[in-house]
Amino acid sequence: MKARVTVTLKSGILDPQGKAIEGALKSLGIAGVASVRQGKVFDIEIEGRDRKAAQAALEQAADKLLANTLIENYQVELK
Amino acid sequence: MKSAVVVFPGINRERDMARALRLASGRDPAMVWHADTALPGETDLVVVPGGFSYGDYLRCGAIAARAPIMDAVRAHARRGGLVLGVCNGFQILCEAGLLPGVLMRNTAMKFICRDVYLRIERSDTPFTRGYNAGQVIRVPVAHGEGNYIADAATIARLEGEGRVLFRYADPDGALDPAWNVNGATNAIAGVLNQSGNVLGLMPHPENHVEAALGPTDGRGLFAGLVDHFKQAA
Repeated sequence: MKARVTVTLKSGILDPQGKAIEGALKSLGIAGVASVRQGKVFDIEIEGRDRKAAQAALEQAADKLLANTLIENYQVELK
Repeated sequence: MKSAVVVFPGINRERDMARALRLASGRDPAMVWHADTALPGETDLVVVPGGFSYGDYLRCGAIAARAPIMDAVRAHARRGGLVLGVCNGFQILCEAGLLPGVLMRNTAMKFICRDVYLRIERSDTPFTRGYNAGQVIRVPVAHGEGNYIADAATIARLEGEGRVLFRYADPDGALDPAWNVNGATNAIAGVLNQSGNVLGLMPHPENHVEAALGPTDGRGLFAGLVDHFKQAA
């Protein structure tokens, strides 16, 4: 089954990369961009059909590796 | 002093570290591969050196922190053994939970490769006994992610417990923000764990130990460690 884990910075954590991207969008003349924060997307193919087990496994993956929970949040989405 | 240097794929400062350890202790360190599950017996000091382990993929040090050898490093630390993490090594120790906080992207968004001045905050630790408190040393840095970040409570605890061992300073030891090259919180360049046996720092003292190559301010860290183990023996 396909799943997507999205990892984003916790609010309050400084994101200089997001700021740099924001500046670049403004230079490109793209109107109205108030702020940008950059995150990560992991597309994961997980075996089996048990959705509960898959959810648990992916949350474990996120907690233990994909996200640094000091500074990042994550969201697990099963497709 | 018996030391072991842990090597992950992408680490590149292990030989500089081994040379510094040999010059200070008269003994070659063991070079330990990341996939090993044990450290050599009677290891006094474990060193995690600098580089780009696993290409800095995912997050700096994230994958190395989960390598098999790290269980042995954690056990060594739990038993009171000394652990030193330099640059990527500091990042790895934070990711492994051996030190609090996280090293994030330098605020100016640039990779910084230059000498900096560090103020030694305390000399009563095995890592800094080779220096005087308040002494300023000159050491190189080479990093893109050295911005030390932790939540307010953690920073307060680190400061309150005197666990910030090194700060970025000007050549006279004043905390001028212009000399905080990566924007780290409170100009923190290196921190100690709660038990006082694990140190992480971003700069590279191992690269300033030979007069033929320039300043030798880094010697004090290694000489102090050798001393510490001589005394304990």
